[in-house]
Amino acid sequence: MSTHADTTTTMHSVRTRHDNPVRDFLSSKAASIAVFIIATLWTIPTFGLFVSSFRTKDAVTSTGWWTALSNPAWTFDNYKQVILGGTDNLQVPLVNYVVNSLAITVPATIIPITLAAMAAYAIAWVPFRGSDAVFFTIFGLQVVPLQMSLIPLLSLFSQGWSIGKVTIIPTFDNGLTLFGHQVLPAFKIAGNYAAIWLPHTMFALPLAIFLIHNFIAALPRELMEASKVDGANHFLTFTRVVLPLSVPALASFAIFQFLWVWNDLLVGMTFAGGSDAIMPLTYRLAQLSGSLGSHWELLTASAFVAMLIPLIVFFSLQRFFVRGLLAGSVKS
Amino acid sequence: MTTTNAWSDVWSQLVPKFGQILFSIALFAAVLVIAFWLASRARGKAERPVVVTLMLGPAIVLVAIGLVVPGLQTILFSVRDPYGQGFVGLQNFGWAFTDPGMRQTLTNTVLWIVLAPILSTGIGLLLAVLVDRIKREALAKALIFMPMAISFVGASVVWKFVYQYAGPGNPQIGLLSSIVMAFGVKNPPNWMLTQPLNTFLLMVIYIWVQTGFAMVVLSAAIKAVPMDINEAASLDGATGFRLFRTITMPMVRGTFVVVLTTAMVATLKLFDIVRTMTGGNFGTSVLANEMYSQTFVQFNSGHGAALAVILFIGVTPMIWYNVRSLRKERTIR
Amino acid sequence: MKPRRLVAATAAAALAAIALPISSASAAVNCAPYKQYGKLTGKTVHIFTSILSPESDIYMKAYADFEKCTGVTIQWEGSNDFESQLGVRVAGGSAPDLAIIPQPGLLQQMVKTGKAVPAPAGVVANAKKYWTADWRAYSTVNGKYYGAPLSANMKSLVWYSPKFFKKYKLTVPKTWAEMMKLSDQIVKLGQKPWCAGIGSGTATGWPATDWMEELTLRMYGPKVYDSWVAGKTKFASPQIENVMKTLSKWLMNPKYVNAGIGDVKSIATTTFQDAGLGIPKGKCFMLQQASFYGAQFPQGTKIAPSGDVFAFFLPSINKKWPIPVEGGGEFIVSFRNAPEVNAVQTFMSSPLYLTNRAKDSAGGWTTANSGVPVSAYPTPLDRMVATYLSNPKATFRFDGSDAMPAAVGAGSFWTQMTAWFSGDNPQATSTIDSIAKAIDATWPTA
Repeated sequence: MSTHADTTTTMHSVRTRHDNPVRDFLSSKAASIAVFIIATLWTIPTFGLFVSSFRTKDAVTSTGWWTALSNPAWTFDNYKQVILGGTDNLQVPLVNYVVNSLAITVPATIIPITLAAMAAYAIAWVPFRGSDAVFFTIFGLQVVPLQMSLIPLLSLFSQGWSIGKVTIIPTFDNGLTLFGHQVLPAFKIAGNYAAIWLPHTMFALPLAIFLIHNFIAALPRELMEASKVDGANHFLTFTRVVLPLSVPALASFAIFQFLWVWNDLLVGMTFAGGSDAIMPLTYRLAQLSGSLGSHWELLTASAFVAMLIPLIVFFSLQRFFVRGLLAGSVKS
Repeated sequence: MTTTNAWSDVWSQLVPKFGQILFSIALFAAVLVIAFWLASRARGKAERPVVVTLMLGPAIVLVAIGLVVPGLQTILFSVRDPYGQGFVGLQNFGWAFTDPGMRQTLTNTVLWIVLAPILSTGIGLLLAVLVDRIKREALAKALIFMPMAISFVGASVVWKFVYQYAGPGNPQIGLLSSIVMAFGVKNPPNWMLTQPLNTFLLMVIYIWVQTGFAMVVLSAAIKAVPMDINEAASLDGATGFRLFRTITMPMVRGTFVVVLTTAMVATLKLFDIVRTMTGGNFGTSVLANEMYSQTFVQFNSGHGAALAVILFIGVTPMIWYNVRSLRKERTIR
Repeated sequence: MKPRRLVAATAAAALAAIALPISSASAAVNCAPYKQYGKLTGKTVHIFTSILSPESDIYMKAYADFEKCTGVTIQWEGSNDFESQLGVRVAGGSAPDLAIIPQPGLLQQMVKTGKAVPAPAGVVANAKKYWTADWRAYSTVNGKYYGAPLSANMKSLVWYSPKFFKKYKLTVPKTWAEMMKLSDQIVKLGQKPWCAGIGSGTATGWPATDWMEELTLRMYGPKVYDSWVAGKTKFASPQIENVMKTLSKWLMNPKYVNAGIGDVKSIATTTFQDAGLGIPKGKCFMLQQASFYGAQFPQGTKIAPSGDVFAFFLPSINKKWPIPVEGGGEFIVSFRNAPEVNAVQTFMSSPLYLTNRAKDSAGGWTTANSGVPVSAYPTPLDRMVATYLSNPKATFRFDGSDAMPAAVGAGSFWTQMTAWFSGDNPQATSTIDSIAKAIDATWPTA
């Protein structure tokens, strides 16, 4: 009875602030239940994978994972094989590929976002003729499927581009020599991390410019004008005013770009040139599943190993999703 | 790398590798700083062209190399023979629209573009509204976002355990079948074979992955709605759905359209789910999957390019719609 | 230790001539057999292949001494997207040095790009000495030889459980008729005799193409087989449609399949890897699958004539061809003409390398190189396969779909077989006819 009384008093005290508290109270309760149900539904498949990753191949193929408690066949073997490689030490340890993936993903996130923020600022706040056309063209380029770019880019990196005998873009294999002076040192893009950063950057730019432009363009005009009055040029305004205010938008996009690059297989596979020294984790894990997929049970464990770093990134940047919008609300 | 002391090799390479990342980022930053510093000396009439070139230039060059040139090349290939040599007119397009298998593929693609983005964005919006009102918001968001962190290779294994089929009398390892059986169905269908249900089941996977993206972005937009507006509205007696319809929705409409468009473009280009789950068999193939296998497995660059061009044309209306609404916004500003 | 003798024999001349200069770094390695390949210190050779770990570990181990003695570094890259990746990289101007290509059709495609390099003299000599003319023909394009085979597998096998055959007093069939009788006998026991699966990700359907090939070779012999693979005998011809009918009475018979899994249609969604896992458990009696299937059984399964599982030869149908053998394998093709690349390519076609590889095998690996003694193989199954592959009386044919144009062999043949197995009324003549015609329609005209 006392709990009932407590609830009543709470409701009374709420009533003084809102005029329809019961519905508010119920709807937040209903919301909790609904979210709980959906979140559970969303997690069940992953949970099944998680349970399966600790079961033997035989158990996984003969009994459902939800019966794992009544059909115990637990093992750490899947993880052991994924992390330590094969039984002999011919295999390169997994940590090598984790580092490779980081070395690919971090620059392939920072570079396109920086370039996109610059481009977005120019389009939004530097008036010039054709800025609309440039913006819409870049936005429209999202339609080009990246598969179509693989061969042209690969041949650009390995041979440069030329029409007939006229070289349009040279390779830098021997450096760049202009008028008899070595301008750039010898640098082979093919087989280097740069060969993976560049395609990722190119494919990310249209969406990045579009999303970041939407945010930057919505910044209050008074801010820009105030900055100009203070004597700042465009570069100062961009670095001192626009960038700090855009951190939430940039961080949000960074999370997505990080995940897309981290989970990418096609670009990494095509441009790594088969070198263990730069090959990303996803490619390595796909290889672990064996010829003709004979060891697909290892994919269960490897999926979790590969998930760790993206989840850390998500949790550490998550707060920006919320914080950013306070900045956005300045305009209204 | 077939040395027996692979471990020590790897350790000795870790430092240089991290060094390389840091060096590259530092180099990138240094180039920008120097370029900005030099460019900021431009005054008067020269200022604006210099600013535009420097800030927009890198992006334009990269996009031109990575997307414009391959795009034009694809259009060229679409009217050529399988080896990209002789001119064949619109023959490849004729094939794409008359081949019975292709017609199924096009129908599926239309289904995908219409349903998958709307459902994933819709559920994402619903969740965004709901999580706004609960206590353990961060946890719920993280759980729903988690599928985005799983690679497609991993996701295909996840869903194998859901859709796997086993005949009556055999042990079930598919979750869906055993749930259906718990409700009294004796002989559940072979999910991946049942047309057109299988296409919808594949969409479930997409929605499972994509909803987290929609939710996170929309949730941010909802939180951007200033507190005082919400409060004022609720003082006026607006609650629940009415509050959502009259206040929240108009405020996040722009974001909603952006997320929806992004999802639609992504859906049109989607091929991993179909490729890993059915390989495009059983009447589940979509345009992008067919494009990939024509180009890279069957070495028919003409067919592949024609499909890519159809894909361009398919996306264009969505892009155009967005451009129009953007243009409106831009003129207001 | 017999293989060692072979190694010694190959290197006899070198051994006699020099007083073994033992390098300080690798005292245990006998470098004499590798002397002919010269010093390649500091050079790297990149091999691209579809062969992945752990299978690849054995290939790598088998050339470890070669690397130490010649100083070359071999970079092995395995990919399960090999076929499409190879095309992309060759077109993009960053071809690997060597590619291990499992399909003669893809090999011809690569030659057509103009980037593939004909095999060096050392490989040609090995090929002439150790492989049959049938095998050499598969990697010869326009009169030029492009690379020796590496492994060879045998497809014409039926996996079964000797243990359960004994339990139910069943005998291994010698003819096709006996095999069908055996199937009916198992049906009378109240069980389904056959299990099957054609699921294989993006390559779903390939096991069914194997069945078509086995039956064509058995019913109509090598001439019709070759003309079918070349596109001269159509799928909709009376012969091939008859083959489809026979297949439909065998693996589309609802009484026969799909043991331990479900109905006929479930063949289309069962991965070929999972299909036969019921055999050692007594849930399925027979599975038609290649020699490499042995790797699928769980660890501890005894693969022997009286063990948990073993395989018998898929019987012949027409007496004119008593030992029809269908097989597959891969060819090492070069994309760069350089001493180190040629040396690696030549070494990998030598009996020395392949014997090394065979010895270390955990089973399920064979080659058609006649310089590798049958005794080098560690398991009874491999020895059986090697005997069939080197049997001069056998009619050997390479996997036909791998030699067809990619639009059919890696396209419509797979997808239409899958559609056939997953569709309604598969045994009806009209269904068979429409499937056959659908495949014919995709055969490239040029």
